[in-house]
Amino acid sequence: MSEFLQQLLNGLSLGAIYALIALGYTMVYGVLRFINFAHSDVFMVGAFIGYYLGKLVPEGTLWGGMLVLSGAMIGCALLGMFIERVVYRPLRHGPTLNVLITAIGVSLLLEYTGQIVFGAAPRTFPQIFPTANYHVGSLTISSNQLFVIGVAILLMIALQLIVFKTKIGTAMRAVSLNPKAAQLVGVNNNVVISFTFGLGSALAAAGGILYAMNYPSIDPLMGVMPGLKAFVAAILGGIGNIPGAALGGLLLGTVETFIGGSQFSTYKDAIAFAILIVILLFKPAGLLGKFTIEKV
Amino acid sequence: MIVPRLQFFSHLRLLKGAGFLFAAALASATFTTVAAAESKPEPIKIGVYASLTGKEAVWGQSAEKATRLAVDDVNTAGGVLGRPLLAIIEDNQSKPGESVTAVRKLISRDKVVAILGEASSGRSLEAAPICQQARIPMISGGSNPKVTQVGNFIFRTHFIDPFQGTVMSRFAREKLGAKRLALLTEVTNAYAVGLAKYFSADAAAHQTPIVIEQKYSAGERDFKAQLTAIKAANVDAIFVPGYYTEAGLIVAQARELGLNLPVLGGDGWEGPQLLAIGGPALRDTYYCNNFSSESDVPETRRFIARYQARFQSMPGGTAADAYDAVLMLTDAIKRAGSTEPEKIRGALATTRGLRGVGGPLNVDANRDQLKPAYILGYNSGDYHLVQVIQP
Repeated sequence: MSEFLQQLLNGLSLGAIYALIALGYTMVYGVLRFINFAHSDVFMVGAFIGYYLGKLVPEGTLWGGMLVLSGAMIGCALLGMFIERVVYRPLRHGPTLNVLITAIGVSLLLEYTGQIVFGAAPRTFPQIFPTANYHVGSLTISSNQLFVIGVAILLMIALQLIVFKTKIGTAMRAVSLNPKAAQLVGVNNNVVISFTFGLGSALAAAGGILYAMNYPSIDPLMGVMPGLKAFVAAILGGIGNIPGAALGGLLLGTVETFIGGSQFSTYKDAIAFAILIVILLFKPAGLLGKFTIEKV
Repeated sequence: MIVPRLQFFSHLRLLKGAGFLFAAALASATFTTVAAAESKPEPIKIGVYASLTGKEAVWGQSAEKATRLAVDDVNTAGGVLGRPLLAIIEDNQSKPGESVTAVRKLISRDKVVAILGEASSGRSLEAAPICQQARIPMISGGSNPKVTQVGNFIFRTHFIDPFQGTVMSRFAREKLGAKRLALLTEVTNAYAVGLAKYFSADAAAHQTPIVIEQKYSAGERDFKAQLTAIKAANVDAIFVPGYYTEAGLIVAQARELGLNLPVLGGDGWEGPQLLAIGGPALRDTYYCNNFSSESDVPETRRFIARYQARFQSMPGGTAADAYDAVLMLTDAIKRAGSTEPEKIRGALATTRGLRGVGGPLNVDANRDQLKPAYILGYNSGDYHLVQVIQP
């Protein structure tokens, strides 16, 4: 029983990170209908900004950690908006496939620029937040795990509030529903799309920092696997659907952890992805997604 | 002499396009003219492939430094057969597949007389068939027995995993009093799989069975699932045959889960990242190595002093292997009296009693080495020598 609870906890803390990254994929898809493959590399850049900022503040303090976290989120928000402005906006009225290919290009550009700027060798991420281990019965909970889950929940609530309770959130939903109609009623699409990229990238940066805190070895290619998993999580939950991305992330992290702890650990990715295929066979739009018929 | 192109070469490799080929051609063109102007006797070219960048960059970089030191030593002493040595170093980015490209290039374009490298058994196993086919001797720093089994042109400077596995299993049994053992193996790594096999075989033969075996793949960062399962199996010690980047994360996560058991590893654990990631969590961890900075062998002491004076850093096992590879090769060329690969191979096979910086070098019938193993244990911030085990 305690092993089960421990694995559940491990799975949730891993899934919370997937969820944070998945939110970025899903939001961009929601407004622009394309997959921003560079998202997982923004996640990596977030971890590296944290690495450099972490050197400027004393290790293991709450305020220092918060400073690093917010610094990385702001940095990545700017990076995300910059990428959108310079690369995606000029292509917006072309075929979606062009933007998709460009996104892969941006992803590779970030990865390999990272190898030149940061070096290809892995670096050790500093312990920016204070750490402790708590024992509840035979269960061991680390402050990092609690922190990851806590921050992820807070950010998701904040995101939900932004999307449903603010003016810009309403504009985002309007653009998502119909960009042309939104423009007709006075929504500035450029601002909304820019904001969406900034928001998604900030969440990716938070994911990057949380990931690096838990697994303190970072390198320029660190985003590839978590990015792929988060992409899958976004589809699993129903792409374009924010609670769906969160659910997909948590589900994927938990399934992966349970298989990882069994004797089939080598097949954990294969089994996790097989489950995805099965779910999509029965619910093609994902768990929470709505299947809409394209009108001609 | 070392060609200075190796550094920017590794960066250019990233572009991987026509530009790269052009730059390479340009670089070799520049180098040919410089070498011709510098020295009358034509240099003996040796090819080195190493992980200068990427995941195991630490090994490749220290091997590169030690190679440079060794080549300079040979050249200051007048070279070999009156000719200077010239090492041409290629980067494989710690990636599978790249060693093959690097070694093919070294053999066909640079026409090297021998290939040196590398510390990783997996990547040595990729390069070995190419060298064997081209009949160019290769000296690896890998420990997996399969490396030299590729053929009679493949040699090594390192001890082999059956020895290492036995040493660590005996250490767990006799020094730590472990009765029930757990194994956490990197399944995508030939070295780790081999070492796990030899460790389990020895443990099973001595009634200290492996009660649980968990697996992971290279590049994974989350090991909590596997470690939680190990924790539930109630063992006395965990053996982690793998590389240093993962080992540090594994130990840190084990301690986070309250798994305060001895954790053991092999020579793949050596690297500063281990200490940087693991930190104080590494208390009660031990690994087996081919080298200890606290060894009292005079050749080793002298090597450490000279390496430190030149590079301001402490050499590790991969540096010692790289230095000894140049030593073995020079000795063989001298005894062969020729730079013909076939003759060098013959001389390498009869290497006896050569005093290397990482221990005596004796090539046996399987082209393997019998060398002492050093067991290092973590104590207050660093690894210190716990025990030396003679073969």
